[in-house]
Amino acid sequence: MKLTIQVNEGPYQHQSADSAYYFAKAALEKGHEIYRIFFYHDGVNNGTRLTTPPQDDRNIVARWSELAEQHDLDMVLCVAAAQRRGIVDDGEAERNGKDATNIAPGFRISGLGQLIEGGVQSDRLVVFGD
Amino acid sequence: MAEETKKFMYINRKAPYGTIYAWEALEVVLIGAAFEQDVSVAFMDDGVYQLAKGQDTSGIGMKNFSPTYAALGDFEITKIYVEKESLEERGLTLDDLQHLVWEDEDEDWAEKDSIRLVSRAELGDVLAGQDVLFNF
Amino acid sequence: MSMLHLVNKSPYESNNLSTASSIMKGGDELLLIEDGVYGAVKAGKASAMLEGCTVSVMGPDLAARGISEDKLADGINVIDYNGFVELVEKNDKVQSWL
Repeated sequence: MKLTIQVNEGPYQHQSADSAYYFAKAALEKGHEIYRIFFYHDGVNNGTRLTTPPQDDRNIVARWSELAEQHDLDMVLCVAAAQRRGIVDDGEAERNGKDATNIAPGFRISGLGQLIEGGVQSDRLVVFGD
Repeated sequence: MAEETKKFMYINRKAPYGTIYAWEALEVVLIGAAFEQDVSVAFMDDGVYQLAKGQDTSGIGMKNFSPTYAALGDFEITKIYVEKESLEERGLTLDDLQHLVWEDEDEDWAEKDSIRLVSRAELGDVLAGQDVLFNF
Repeated sequence: MSMLHLVNKSPYESNNLSTASSIMKGGDELLLIEDGVYGAVKAGKASAMLEGCTVSVMGPDLAARGISEDKLADGINVIDYNGFVELVEKNDKVQSWL
């Protein structure tokens, strides 16, 4: 089965980022394909590498990056949502004249069309949110 | 290879302004319109408040995005389901909502209502017939 | 054509379980995750909404909240993330009642 996963909430604030991660991991271990993970609304905050949780807590952002690396995942932050919330990659920094970037490894910033396309291309869309 | 056409349903269940979900959901619907899928939009529970007439956000410093719903017809989004029970529970009728229309090219651009008032059971049937359900 | 309904909020906080259970069709399945698992507790008033529905609940979410399985309403399946994936596979589509 080919899956697209949508994450609507930021890490730490809401369990949805954890649920989505464990769901994605289980799906991959069972041999399913994850076509894309799309982060929307405050979910784009899953993609900032500046996250610094206390040592005894999970690092949600690093966990996504590792999963993406292991399984060559396509993890997309919605550009409009990311711009509003200050998640920046090189391209965005240049386009909008920002003096820094904060996108974490394994993530890319792209348009909402990527979510729609995920719905078109996948067998299932699973949404995690508030 | 031709893309298959899927039935996409965008489900709105949250009120506008208190949280950003309604606005960002509308942005998805507008972008999705370019993908030539078979699109429906549903408003139920607090989502029915999104379509309320007379929204004026000048005092809260936020953009009033409610006029955009009236443009959905221009994006060929013509199937807008509003759940009857959700309206009734909130003391609303269709008259409290914006009048959304689309123009039917096949009938000399006749103006037609976009909103379909449906019961929860009927909406359940509509949902059952969809391929992909978007929630925000 | 069956649908998997996800509910992640306590029924004592939101109407999501009420909406989901009233719109579900025969053959559909309900999965309670995150704070949604409170709806599965037998002694709670909200568990009455589950009658007649095929219901699963996330075991890790139950355990995290200190709810033991003997407190659950009758006939509820306790599953893990593998079971979650299997439910997504088994049903044609997923509706998240957010």
